[in-house]
Amino acid sequence: MHADQRCVLTGTHFINGDAACCEGALSAGARFAAGYPITPSTEIVERFSARAPQVGGLFIQMEDELASSIALQGMVWAGQKSFTVTSGPGYSLMMEHIGYAAITETPCVFVDVQRGGPSTGLPTLPAQGDMMQARWGSHGDYLTIALTPNSPQECYSLTIKAFNLAEQFRVPVMFMMDECVGHMTEKVVIPKAEEIEIYPRRLASKPPGEFNLFEAGEDLVPEMAHAGEGYKVYVTGLTHDKRGYPVLNPKAQHELVTRQFEKIRRAADELTIVETEEIEGADVVVVSYGITSRVAQRAIQMARDKGLKVGKLRLICVWPFPEKLIRELAPKVKALVMPELNMGQMVLELERCAGGKCQVISVPHAGGTVHKPADILAAIERGAR
Amino acid sequence: MPKGSVAITTERCKGCGFCVEFCPTHGLELSSAFNAKGYHPPHMISAEKCSGCNLCGMYCPDFAIFGYKYPANKAKGEAA
Amino acid sequence: MSTTDFVVHNPVEDLLRQDRVPTIWCPGCGIGTTVNSFAHALLGQDIDLSKTAIVSGIGCSGRVSGYMNLDSFHTTHGRAIPFATGLKLANPELTVIVYSGDGDLTSIGGNHLIHAARRNIDLMVVCVNNMIYAMTGGQAAATTPGSSMSTTTPYGAFEPELNMPQLVDAAGACFVARWTSFHVMQLERTMAKALKKKGLRFIEILSPCPTYFQRKNNLGDALTAMVDYKKRSKIKHGCHTWETALEPGGDIIVGEFVDREREDYLTRMRRQLGSHYSEFPEQTEEEISEGACSEC
Ligand SMILES: Cc1ncc(C[n+]2csc(CCOP(=O)(O)OP(=O)(O)O)c2C)c(N)n1
Ligand code: SF4
Ligand code: SF4
Ligand code: SF4
Ligand SMILES: [Mg+2]
Repeated sequence: MHADQRCVLTGTHFINGDAACCEGALSAGARFAAGYPITPSTEIVERFSARAPQVGGLFIQMEDELASSIALQGMVWAGQKSFTVTSGPGYSLMMEHIGYAAITETPCVFVDVQRGGPSTGLPTLPAQGDMMQARWGSHGDYLTIALTPNSPQECYSLTIKAFNLAEQFRVPVMFMMDECVGHMTEKVVIPKAEEIEIYPRRLASKPPGEFNLFEAGEDLVPEMAHAGEGYKVYVTGLTHDKRGYPVLNPKAQHELVTRQFEKIRRAADELTIVETEEIEGADVVVVSYGITSRVAQRAIQMARDKGLKVGKLRLICVWPFPEKLIRELAPKVKALVMPELNMGQMVLELERCAGGKCQVISVPHAGGTVHKPADILAAIERGAR
Repeated sequence: MPKGSVAITTERCKGCGFCVEFCPTHGLELSSAFNAKGYHPPHMISAEKCSGCNLCGMYCPDFAIFGYKYPANKAKGEAA
Repeated sequence: MSTTDFVVHNPVEDLLRQDRVPTIWCPGCGIGTTVNSFAHALLGQDIDLSKTAIVSGIGCSGRVSGYMNLDSFHTTHGRAIPFATGLKLANPELTVIVYSGDGDLTSIGGNHLIHAARRNIDLMVVCVNNMIYAMTGGQAAATTPGSSMSTTTPYGAFEPELNMPQLVDAAGACFVARWTSFHVMQLERTMAKALKKKGLRFIEILSPCPTYFQRKNNLGDALTAMVDYKKRSKIKHGCHTWETALEPGGDIIVGEFVDREREDYLTRMRRQLGSHYSEFPEQTEEEISEGACSEC
């Protein structure tokens, strides 16, 4: 299925990442959103509140993020595509509802434009300190998908991807921007609607009475029915059986949680979304994501100018972490270098997957600005020795 | 000649006594017998007074009893 | 009595998920009683039940949604109203009812209640007030009457209790009422009336929790509580909501307190947006493919 042209602003634009994310959501078919203002994410909903009514949609500014993170799920169960947008403090408030979306298999997108933390931290300055929260933030066991754009163009195209993955796997997808990409203004090309692939909602193929809301087929992803369609759906955050009815015992827990894990795990290859450059034969590979990947690019160039064999691995999908790829890569290189705008979060995953087969060098940064390329270069040089 | 009667699903009853207390004709009583869960479900003690008003049904928190009226054209003899 | 030649059928059954009864509720718990009034009110309406959704938070009262044979949403603690808000806004054709407990709707979810009333969003909110956090074992709530015992007020409560009708009235709900689970017929009529209105309709129902509230406070069993409601209730339709505060042992003011016309959220939104709002009709396959080759 392709995008609905009424929602797509085809053309070449000069807009920031926040605006591009808003357009991405509209292109993906999201005409409804709930949110609460917070820098540096606000421009997304400001634009959306202007755009949505033009296409029969609506933005509701809720009383807080607890509300917006569940109101959007009401919108999804009413049959719409929907998302919410926030930054650190609001993201923390949303955690319970990310878990709710996970256990109820509600396809939706949570956009977090990361800023410095903890707490109120640095409202207008960048960081990548919520990366582990995107994976582990809600209590209990669940898996999410998280994407990290590094340009306004990707804020557009990966937002569409985020919605598509949400529909494909019936999971909440975390869209992990940062203040830099959010506020960076660049050229953004929005293609024609018919060139935009949209993953449609996996609607019930059986009539009411024969349909089970949480019964999954081969790919372990159940089909969906909405309120008002005659299915009398039963949706609960309690552990449930295939009908959605609460069943509070270890067997039901095992079946539900393992299926919900497995549906993502199985798709690990498909969800390995990365950009690579000269990793064949490299001594050092710089692994980065989001805004940091653009600084890393400069450091890589500087290292190459010095004659070092340096590859680039940019994570576009950070969760699930590209485990297999790292396992294969680690024995072939001397070092993996990971700069990130936090005190060392994703590098823990990198270390785990490298399994001691090479050096793993973290280049932490408390946030507030981006790395100095020289600091990344120093780490590359250390790794190449 | 009663105007109505009640249907009781004894196994659902939890013996709260609401139906007995609030029956306007005082036609119900908790029986001494137990249901499978160990509660005393109600039974009719003066069936002839029952109006089928369904107040017992409105009060029952466990959907275990409800009252109904006999159709107007049915004499009791036919219905029973 | 079983040989009648007409069908004996409790209409409430049609609204229950038969495979979920018996309920988890304790003997004499008033929540089930309120469901009878609700079911009768709903059945008496000209509403398409396949387009009716019920949303609950967490708690004993929050289990209501799961027993109703409607689209049932059992959400998180305190968040039934914002979920229901999203549901209603994204599909205005739905009739959406929120059914939950006092702790859920007025403490953890209190802010949402205020703002739903302020927005006058088209929801019917039913709050079962058993004056306690029952599901978690009988802790004090914002509604626990002064000096009452609970597991977290072992020397008696000392926080003032919340007057829900006053709060919701002040915030702007178009309909505010209170009954007790003793008032089954009045409650049915009020619910029927509320179902017909557009905007935020709020109904508080005092209801016995024999297992925690009654027992902790030596107030006897559920039946005693029901008889007590009967004795203490004073019907005062249209009275000012500052008069509806509940005091331990005092009068229980019941009735329909607020019934006013106020534009609901979506109506007001449409009016304000005017020509900025465009309808978005579903496209047929043909239109989609036509659209693709026309202007590109
Ligand atoms: C975020 C969160 N905090 C606490 C709880 C635990 N909890 C479950 S139900 C409940 C109280 C429910 O009280 P009320 O809404 O009055 O419902 P009742 O059980 O009395 O009907 C609490 C505190 C929870 N489930 N979620
Ligand atoms: S139907 Fe009315 S009169 Fe008959 S038992 Fe029930 S409450 Fe009493
Ligand atoms: S009201 Fe219902 S549960 Fe209570 S005693 Fe009567 S039949 Fe049993
Ligand atoms: S604990 Fe109280 S509120 Fe909960 S089911 Fe039992 S009686 Fe009802
Ligand atoms: Mg309570």
